[in-house]
Amino acid sequence: MSVELELPVLKPTDFASDQDVRWCPGCGDYSILAQMKKVMPTLGIAREKIVFISGIGCSSRFPYYMNTYGLHTIHGRATAVATGLKTVRPDLNVWVITGDGDGLSIGGNHLMHCIRRNMDLNIILFNNRIYGLTKGQYSPTSPLGQRTKSTPMGAIDNPLHPLSIAIGAEATFVARSIDTNINHLGETLKRAAAHRGTSFVEVYQNCNVFNDGAWDYAKDRDTKADTTLELEHGKPLVFGKDRDKGIRLHGLEPEIVQLGKGINEDDLLFHDEKAAEPSLAYLLSRMRHEDGFPEPIGVFRSVDAPRYDALVNEQVELATKEKGPGDLDALFAGGETWTVQA
Amino acid sequence: MSTVAESPSKPVETLIEATVRFCGDSGDGMQLAGTQFTTTSALAGNDVATFPDFPAEIRAPRGTKAGVSGFQVHFSSEEIFTPGDTVDALVAMNPAALATNLVDLRDGGILIVNESAFDKKGLELAGYEANPLEPGGLVDLEEKYRLYKVDMTQLTRDSVKEFGLGTKEADRCRNFFAMGLVFWIYGRSLDPTMRFIESKFGKRPDVASANTSALKAGFNYGETVEAISTQYAVPKAELAPGTYRSIMGNTALSYGLIAAAKMSGKRLFLGAYPITPASDILHELCKHKNFDVVTFQAEDEIAAMTAVIGASFAGAMAVTASSGPGIALKGEAFGLAVMMELPMVVINVQRGGPSTGLPTKTEQSDLYQAMYGRNGECPMPVIAARSPGDCFEVAQEAWRLATRYMTPVFLMTDGYIANGSEPWKVPSAASLPKIEIEHPGPAANGEKFLPYKRNERLARPWALPGTPGLEHRLGGLEKQDVTGNVSYDHNNHQSMTDTRAAKIAKIADDIPAQTVDGPATGDLLVVSWGGTYGSCVSAVRSARAKGKSVAHAHLRYINPMPKNLGDLFGSYKKILVPELNSGQLRTILRDRYLVDAIGFNKMQGKPFSVAELVEIINSLA
Ligand code: SF4
Repeated sequence: MSVELELPVLKPTDFASDQDVRWCPGCGDYSILAQMKKVMPTLGIAREKIVFISGIGCSSRFPYYMNTYGLHTIHGRATAVATGLKTVRPDLNVWVITGDGDGLSIGGNHLMHCIRRNMDLNIILFNNRIYGLTKGQYSPTSPLGQRTKSTPMGAIDNPLHPLSIAIGAEATFVARSIDTNINHLGETLKRAAAHRGTSFVEVYQNCNVFNDGAWDYAKDRDTKADTTLELEHGKPLVFGKDRDKGIRLHGLEPEIVQLGKGINEDDLLFHDEKAAEPSLAYLLSRMRHEDGFPEPIGVFRSVDAPRYDALVNEQVELATKEKGPGDLDALFAGGETWTVQA
Repeated sequence: MSTVAESPSKPVETLIEATVRFCGDSGDGMQLAGTQFTTTSALAGNDVATFPDFPAEIRAPRGTKAGVSGFQVHFSSEEIFTPGDTVDALVAMNPAALATNLVDLRDGGILIVNESAFDKKGLELAGYEANPLEPGGLVDLEEKYRLYKVDMTQLTRDSVKEFGLGTKEADRCRNFFAMGLVFWIYGRSLDPTMRFIESKFGKRPDVASANTSALKAGFNYGETVEAISTQYAVPKAELAPGTYRSIMGNTALSYGLIAAAKMSGKRLFLGAYPITPASDILHELCKHKNFDVVTFQAEDEIAAMTAVIGASFAGAMAVTASSGPGIALKGEAFGLAVMMELPMVVINVQRGGPSTGLPTKTEQSDLYQAMYGRNGECPMPVIAARSPGDCFEVAQEAWRLATRYMTPVFLMTDGYIANGSEPWKVPSAASLPKIEIEHPGPAANGEKFLPYKRNERLARPWALPGTPGLEHRLGGLEKQDVTGNVSYDHNNHQSMTDTRAAKIAKIADDIPAQTVDGPATGDLLVVSWGGTYGSCVSAVRSARAKGKSVAHAHLRYINPMPKNLGDLFGSYKKILVPELNSGQLRTILRDRYLVDAIGFNKMQGKPFSVAELVEIINSLA
């Protein structure tokens, strides 16, 4: 164990880089950036040990605005870049910032493999259901029928649901939050940071220029209590302005029930982040507004599993222990040799 | 007991050199036979060069021409550089192997066939209408070659009967019978192969004994059968004193990478995706984790490369190894690496292209790809290995250049040297060059870190995450000079583009002058690069021995080129550039030096023969 050095007390502003933030005014990204800067000093991690890595897209400008180490890489590859970095330097605290296009379209393959390897890093996917930086084409999370610059007659491909994908890829930590729900977002980021293994967080983010209002149902003061459901470990799934509605399991499917009239909280589905099987988390990820369900926010799943970056380095240690530290002369002279005399 | 052939009953003829090729079905164990013969010849003191040739399909239909696998060994009492143009002794385990390999057997050469495989079905699969072993066919094999028809299947079965193997397992010992016979013909010891059998099959004593027994049966067959009348001896070569081993290019390359990591005090990170013929680098490196080697088999080529970028930023010696199609996929990431100015090594073990092309055959057709295959003005250093053993040095040189100039470096090899082997003088670790790397330390109070402030080589600092005060961001967007901030300024883009090019060009100050083998002036200069070295040096020396005024310049550094190269061209009347592509280096030379270089180009998935090079040299000098 190394000596714990006392960390300097940092403020959110210590995490602001000297670069002007260049997102459109009113973009949801600002709020996520603000929460991230607030969360950073609470983590107890030296600033120089933190690395933000992104791909391409509006959200991927994020690392430029953080006064940590950072890489703004190429489209879709941030998870792969982060995998290389974390593999050789498990001591670093790594954050991947991606979007619905970057993470789920061009980078879908890397996202899936990063998650299944359970790399010890945090992936924050800003979901605005549109391509913003390229000015308004539909994305893999755009709903069917959405009219965009590239779908004038409406989108005809089925959208992806980021959390369902993550769970399908064996994610050990899956959560969802909303850009403007700042307390919830801050808490969710902290939970993600605390988890060892891949933490996957979907953030509903408003692109006020190309897809304004995409998440209004989940953000609107008047409707959000009925359209979202805040998950709490060990608690029944209750929602609604008057907290009078709940989710009950009917066979293998969720159904909305009215509390009272013979139905009480004990009849409801109870949330369990730690469930051995991901079925519950998957079921929650399939509850969609368009189908009349409240959409869960908070931590869907948080379980422990072996991590690639740790295992890789354990193998190096084990090999070194078993064979001894590498000896070049022995390596070169391996196999059959012969000697030519002078 | 000693099993060196000593059979005074039969005459022994001494040869300077010989070339043997084992060929058969992919499942016949011909690669193993070839490797064993190579080791044995090397241990006997010969200089050796090998050429494995195998199909792209792992198990093509048995007995078909598509499934033929071969291994050629050239062994000599003099220095040699190639696996040999023509074959002196051919072992064909089935009709398909005979059909596809006979063209390379010289007239009067030894032809050993497994007669039992020449049944109706085998002949049909190979497309023979009549049995070629019978007289009266298109070619009378008996007349043209020294044909030995051996019923290897039955003889092998007989020799292993006592070990109670099934027919299938017994037949798998056939390659050892074939080896035994060839070992006898060339008076070779069985000891190395018996040691190999022991180490490989020790856990299955029945199989081990059967293989040994088949090996000895083949050997004794040579000794007793009257038809085989002569034995050959190829005496020791005069190699420089030292300890030697036989090494394949991919192995030497892997050792070179490990050595470079060690000599620079770095972890070695290999990000790779399986691809022929580069996968053996991944296989080799993952065996040496105790050298602090981390191998990452990525989900695809792009992930392999981008993980390398992440590992480089994190401070490791980061390397990727692939071949043409994989290199194509990595292209966008090379641009990022160039923009970020991070050190890493990109290995291309070239194969026949385009597209999937000829995965198991050699070619040099990715030079343009290495030089130009990226968007934007994106210069990368390109260096190439010339032989299996040379891969060891070139790997270290690639890392040296990468770190001194903060750049990704292309290291080109090809399927021919990757899988070929040669004797390698085992270096001592103490003799290896140190690779010094500097990382900036923690920033002094409040001092602003400038990630694109350059040193005298135009290299920027390699600041590692974890260093307090050096927090900085890198990315693919154009950088402002010195600060590294994003910049869209016109003049800045011009100067950064110029600087990136100037930095790579400056490497010319740091590499040795080009040397030539042969006279300093003359009629013809042969200029080659990469795996064609062996054929070219052999051809040039042989032409010179016959009085031709010809010299040879073999390039290790292709971008940038040695500073004196242009001047060298002026000293010869003609310049010839033989390449296994349609003239890629030639175009580059013409472009750089306005030199009227003549091309000699071949794209047949195989190396140049010395004879064809001698012919072209003779026509020009
Ligand atoms: S285009 Fe949309 S997502 Fe991008 S910065 Fe502007 S508002 Fe934000």
